Amino acid sequence: MAKSSIKIRARVKNGVSSIKTLINHPMETGLRTDKSTGKKIPAHFIQNLKCELNGIVIMNVQWGLAVSQNPYLSFKYNGGIAGDILKLSWEDNTGLSDSVEARLI
Amino acid sequence: MQQRRTFLKSSLACSFVVMAVASGLLTPVRVLGHWNRAAFNATRLHSAMKSALGSDLTESSKRITIQAPEIAENGAMVPLIVSSSLENTEIISLFAVQNKTPLVAQFELGKDTQAYISTRIKMRKTSDLIAVVSAGGKKYSARKEIKVIMTGCQN
Repeated sequence: MAKSSIKIRARVKNGVSSIKTLINHPMETGLRTDKSTGKKIPAHFIQNLKCELNGIVIMNVQWGLAVSQNPYLSFKYNGGIAGDILKLSWEDNTGLSDSVEARLI
Repeated sequence: MQQRRTFLKSSLACSFVVMAVASGLLTPVRVLGHWNRAAFNATRLHSAMKSALGSDLTESSKRITIQAPEIAENGAMVPLIVSSSLENTEIISLFAVQNKTPLVAQFELGKDTQAYISTRIKMRKTSDLIAVVSAGGKKYSARKEIKVIMTGCQN
């Protein structure tokens, strides 16, 4: 099974879930030139990202080319109990996508 | 329970909303649908805000905080934490004023999601970072200047 591009850490403490994710993705702006070929490196960046907790969307994100390479996102949710399923998914401008599920601990 | 926002599934529904908004019948409550190409491609701050939010008018608020370095050595990785204590914060939008395309990101929060975002962005040069919070049908903003030593946008 191919390794996911998404690392996710989801912890719940005192009724607050803390979700941190690091995604392996070039987030290429499309503005850079390859110095060896002189050609523009095409834009390749995540446009949509979604986080679901037990099937309900708790975070819905749109990104542009100005989000850093290997994007990091951390946010908090007032709820969740250990064992709940979190799903993080993304789609980029070239049609690629990935998703990962993790349990809240 | 009052529904805070209506989810629009089709472009037809979107065009009805646009007509209703234009005729003053609806207060625009922005909901993120398909990737907002017009907003992300806009090269001027005011156009980006109008496309992303429906309007470029916001009320300045001290209840939005932006934590970011005063000086970012590497403009390609500027860490930010944006949070809001405004009730009913629904969307947090980030704009880097001097980026070629100022709209950086939009975060639509679920009902019980805290108004707190920590992420890393690219900045082309020293400029203000503006955080706009869409809350209860209104828009509020805060800004912070971030000095950038090495540009985050090579070209």
